[in-house]
Amino acid sequence: MGVRTWLGEWPMFRQATGSDPLGRGSAVQSPRTQALGSRTADADEVVKSVCPYCAVGCGQNVYVRDGRVTQIEGDPDSPVSRGRLCPKGSASTSLVTSPSRVTTVRYRRPYGTEWEDLDLDTALDMIADRVIDARRKGWQDTDDEGRVLRRTLGFSSLGGATLDNEENYLIKKLFMALGAIQVENQARI
Amino acid sequence: MAEAHPVGFQWVMEAKKRGATIIHVDPRFTRTSAVADLHVPFRAGADIAFLGGLINYVLSEGKDFREYVTTFTNAADIVGEDFVDTEDMAGIFSGYNAETGRYDPISWQLEGVDYEAPAAGMRDHWEPSLREQSEERERSEKREHHAAMASDTGGGAGDAANATGSPKRDETLQHPRCVYQVLKRHYSRYTPEAVSQVCGMSVAEFLRVAQAITENSGRERTTAWVYSVGWTHHSVGAQYIRGAAILQTLLGNIGRPGGGILALRGHASIQGSTDIPTLYDLLPGYIPMPNAYLHTDLQSFLDADAAKTGFWGNMDTYMVSLLKAWWGDAATAENDWAFDYMPRLTGDHGTYGIVRDQIDKLTYGYFVVGENPAIGHANGKMQRLGLANLEWLVVRDMQMIETATFWKDGPEIETEEMRTEDIGTEVFFLPCANHTEKSGTFTNTQRLLQWRREAVHAPGDARSELHFYFHLGKKIREKLAGSTDERDRPLLDLTWDYPTFGIHEEPVPESVLGEINGYDADGNPLSSYTQLRADGSTTAGCWIYTGVFADGVNQADRRKPGSEQDWVAAEWGWAWPANRRTLYNRASADAQGRPWSERKAYVWWDAEQEKWTGHDIPDFEATKPPSYVPEDGATRQDALSGTDAFIMQTDGKAWLYAPAGLADGPMPTHYEPVESPVANLLHEQQDNPALERIDRAWNRINPSQSEVYPYVFLTYRLTEHHTAGGMSRFLGYLSELQPEFFCEVSPALAAERNLEHLGWATLISARTAIEARVLVTERMKPLRIGDQVVHQIGLPYHWGSNGLSTGDPANDLLGVVMDPNVHIQESKVATCDIQPGRRPRGPALLEFVEAYRRKAGVEPGGNT
Amino acid sequence: MWDAFSGAASSLSGPLPDPTTDAGWSGDHPKRVGFFTDTSVCIGCKACEVACKEWNLVPDDGTDASDLYRLTGMSYDNTGDLGASSWRHVAFIEDVRPHGSATAAHGGPPSGVPVDSLATGFLPSGLPAVTDGAPSTPTLRAPRDAATAPAPGETVDLLALLPDTGAHGQQTPDDERDVRWLMSSDVCKHCTHAGCLDVCPTGALFRTEYGTVVVQDDICNGCGYCVPSCPYGVIDVREDDGGAHKCTLCYDRLGAGMEPACAKACPTNSIQFGDLDELQAAADARLAELHGRGVTEARLYGRDPDDGVGGDGAFFLLLDEPEVYGMPPEPIVTTRDLPEMWRNAALTAVGLGAAVVAAFWGGRK
Repeated sequence: MGVRTWLGEWPMFRQATGSDPLGRGSAVQSPRTQALGSRTADADEVVKSVCPYCAVGCGQNVYVRDGRVTQIEGDPDSPVSRGRLCPKGSASTSLVTSPSRVTTVRYRRPYGTEWEDLDLDTALDMIADRVIDARRKGWQDTDDEGRVLRRTLGFSSLGGATLDNEENYLIKKLFMALGAIQVENQARI
Repeated sequence: MAEAHPVGFQWVMEAKKRGATIIHVDPRFTRTSAVADLHVPFRAGADIAFLGGLINYVLSEGKDFREYVTTFTNAADIVGEDFVDTEDMAGIFSGYNAETGRYDPISWQLEGVDYEAPAAGMRDHWEPSLREQSEERERSEKREHHAAMASDTGGGAGDAANATGSPKRDETLQHPRCVYQVLKRHYSRYTPEAVSQVCGMSVAEFLRVAQAITENSGRERTTAWVYSVGWTHHSVGAQYIRGAAILQTLLGNIGRPGGGILALRGHASIQGSTDIPTLYDLLPGYIPMPNAYLHTDLQSFLDADAAKTGFWGNMDTYMVSLLKAWWGDAATAENDWAFDYMPRLTGDHGTYGIVRDQIDKLTYGYFVVGENPAIGHANGKMQRLGLANLEWLVVRDMQMIETATFWKDGPEIETEEMRTEDIGTEVFFLPCANHTEKSGTFTNTQRLLQWRREAVHAPGDARSELHFYFHLGKKIREKLAGSTDERDRPLLDLTWDYPTFGIHEEPVPESVLGEINGYDADGNPLSSYTQLRADGSTTAGCWIYTGVFADGVNQADRRKPGSEQDWVAAEWGWAWPANRRTLYNRASADAQGRPWSERKAYVWWDAEQEKWTGHDIPDFEATKPPSYVPEDGATRQDALSGTDAFIMQTDGKAWLYAPAGLADGPMPTHYEPVESPVANLLHEQQDNPALERIDRAWNRINPSQSEVYPYVFLTYRLTEHHTAGGMSRFLGYLSELQPEFFCEVSPALAAERNLEHLGWATLISARTAIEARVLVTERMKPLRIGDQVVHQIGLPYHWGSNGLSTGDPANDLLGVVMDPNVHIQESKVATCDIQPGRRPRGPALLEFVEAYRRKAGVEPGGNT
Repeated sequence: MWDAFSGAASSLSGPLPDPTTDAGWSGDHPKRVGFFTDTSVCIGCKACEVACKEWNLVPDDGTDASDLYRLTGMSYDNTGDLGASSWRHVAFIEDVRPHGSATAAHGGPPSGVPVDSLATGFLPSGLPAVTDGAPSTPTLRAPRDAATAPAPGETVDLLALLPDTGAHGQQTPDDERDVRWLMSSDVCKHCTHAGCLDVCPTGALFRTEYGTVVVQDDICNGCGYCVPSCPYGVIDVREDDGGAHKCTLCYDRLGAGMEPACAKACPTNSIQFGDLDELQAAADARLAELHGRGVTEARLYGRDPDDGVGGDGAFFLLLDEPEVYGMPPEPIVTTRDLPEMWRNAALTAVGLGAAVVAAFWGGRK
């Protein structure tokens, strides 16, 4: 870097020689400030989504960089929300990147006093066994007057209302095939 | 609405800017009140008195939209001679059985209609003791039970399926027993003065509302009503909505732009959760679940619940297509399309009944998926006792919510009612994917399906529910493969082979939505539910969603910017049914099919083209002319005339009077909440005679008008938090905005109980005692009710012990009593006492609460 | 160079149509942008606060950890005031007025009855006291002693407090008063004459090409001179990183053609972003509309280029006196008298210099 260049970037020099003698504007803008850009500008992808909080259904744009969500904002295209979000919707980035989010399976054995680790596949296998067992224990072929029931009261389900339609569909379908009638949802609450 | 749905509220502000009058009727002065033209303070639980007062005002002043009423409603129908109104029976309708606490609706029927009692029982509430009755008694009780469940299984045509023949009518509306006159008499005592006395608003305030809504209804103008769970969380909740429906129908505000009764749902897809129900009493598309008594085979199922007339007359096509979607080739004409693969109901298996059974160890396992009942549901102790008596519990969530940790740090551990070492529940916490980590649809509060696209992969062990249930199903099927047990056939024959993608074998969500939409025999996606057949040639996982994949295109993923569309924005997402944005919009035109006014034109008959047209998709058969008169004996939609706008009804009419379908009366009647500080000033009957209770030691109820629990409290949400807090209390930016659990009290109540602003208060009910910070605010206003002064305490319910912002759960203070139609709890109003200072800790809390119960004459509490 | 301090080349007070050029940006710089916050449609949702923090990665606020999640008791305002970690702050003002005096902008029918605030036992949430343009910090916090839970076993004897029959219902309702609940989202004003910028010795604070005022984190040394120089009490130094922070009007977004995060999120469009001249025209129209509807108490704040800061880049429509919202009624740029002071200082310096020279001179003798 030549002396002239160095001198030219020196704020005092710019201040003294330029149009900003008080050093309140262009003269003092730092290289870092000059290079400043929107962090959404370099997103790999902007993915169309919908806010997960209430049922207004505000449109969201999810900005993704290197496989991570870097920002979530309202989608101006949405005729429902016109790009706006409430405080909860505006906190969506925090929601999906929350440091307290649990990302591994936790297991508490009967009468246990602490959480333990468990492999996801093992957990799924154990749960399948328990479903089969509870289904059997709670099975009712008929009532006491011989009417067909073909059901189990061995286990039940309670879903939140932030599940997708497709997910609810699989839950209901699987439970019906298992004969499990006790399927409930926040929608009752 | 500004509080819990701020972005939706932009449209209210937009309307205000264009001259609309905004009226907020709410016990609290909220952020909505702050920008409304008028806030009407109001006593929680008095809504039917208020709505009844408005109905009375409309009828006694002759302010109804007469031409709309005579064209589209059952106002002219004659009610049968056997009907006795609450006016003549001390606040109870005819047909009430005091022993069972239920109604037999036979006496509510219309003249000229034959009401066949269900042949062999009822859908729900079947109790052995009731089966030993004499035949006639039995028939009556069966009807009773059937009625009790009719609206809950809302599905199908319900009780109306059993009504045949046409009612007698008096088009002049003069007959003393015509619906119009019956309604007028029923509400005649709901005078402005009575409303003022019961609700605590002034006569002037009431009249201002009455004048505003009547002046703003008619040909040129429409009025909309917006509600949320402030109307459904009551022991008379379904009748609250009925009250609004009657009022809006009388004023001609249904099916028209700017009208309606708009439910603001609080969760992203709570509408979808009932459309594709994870509810015990419904199948997809509001088809009822089969029961063991009525539904021995498909035909008896259809006989009992499919209507003969109207669009529910096509329930056979909806049901067979569903069975084909689920069991594919295994569903054949020979095996009744696998109808017998379906489990049968015999009673109430709503969530509170399930929890009761958990406590009684009658059920062993529990999946809790994206829900936090330990603090989010009424009577938290009941919920946690249920969890503690399970063999196993699966919790799927993003954060370590209270429902997953009850065994470690629940309130019962602190009071020493439970010890961690004694709790046998095996707990699996499985992390789940969030909304950016999976594709799929939410159905918003206006029935709009919107597709979300996956943005990133879920971290670690986190998976979508789609992944979890698909693979759980696969695993169970593998473990049971080769079984010859009949009970395993439905599982092994199930269509369960969705294509997958990625290293975790995630099911392709479009393939599931495609199945929901349905296919024709050649595997082409269907475009409309009218294409469904009962001959096994079509499939549809949820008939009301048929069309979401019309032309093989994911219509829910349509994203034409709103700025490039008209105000209906029909090309954004997809609304069920058939992408109609306003239901029953045939009623936006008069009998001849002409818009009621140019200003309010929405859908109309184009005589030249001989079809319905307009800004929205007509909610009517496109080419059925307004002049169409059905032939005698016509069935299904062919039985509906060109003016029968309410096409899902058997008679095509909006029901001002409901001869069937409700468990607690054909017309809404004011009953006090179960826990109320005052006597019912309108009727001798204090509370809903048909409401449901759970009488157990862990669910004690405060006596009505108790001096020991003298104050009303109500629960609600704050803008800054979400429900039980799982998606807000763990986030710093939201927690800092509403950091602590608080109660809101008026300066007068603060003075009465020595409560200090920002100090602590203890709130006590027959369930427990909780503590909260005190906010003394003029926004809480004491009300004069009769000669009493009623104080109301506000309790936001977001808190629990986990997360960044913690506090006692408000829901612990609530008991469970339920609406008999939908089994929803009365959580928007109850009573309590409030005292300054913090609550006792440890076992002392139990003694403290018990002392209150003793003083109030309530039976002892306990955990059994 | 001395001319600068006399105000001949660059201005420190009074009307200034183009502060951007005044700060040395060439004539083809973008138009000056700003915020118009119309509090008559604010619903107090605080989306602005969250959207701001999400975008700018501003940490949770609080002077210390124990304050993070404590109620302030100032209505629904738990932010308290603007600061290094609160660049947007929604104030909530509750009060009661004689029955019938509410207005259509925020509740009630138009009446034109002047506001007659009655004390209600709690403070409005904004800055509680403002004197000479220098706001004090709110001190209303939860009592510390009460924040400690009683130990197990050590319980308050509430049993003794079991109510006597008839002890309730003694207080009667007062139907003669209406509640009013004002909400307003406050923010840095991006003053035409920004005191913070004028006193900044490092050039960390600067006026951007959009006419906004921004702190450059890489230059700020945390000296804190800017803090008392702000007539609105906006800018502050954050304890953990030692730097001064405030609203940047999302400088990084402006360059990408995006509007600031708060304005974008605002559900009711209470916060409007745009070219300042257009916002001023919109605000004037809105004010006329409200006055036409009888909302006579509506007024603009920070709109006037003749005020003590030369007008604000972020200005407001208020429904009451600025003090009610915790805003100084007559903000004056703290450097207004600076040229005068510096001229005096220069003369003094010259005088001193002469004396020193004289002393040396004399010393040689």
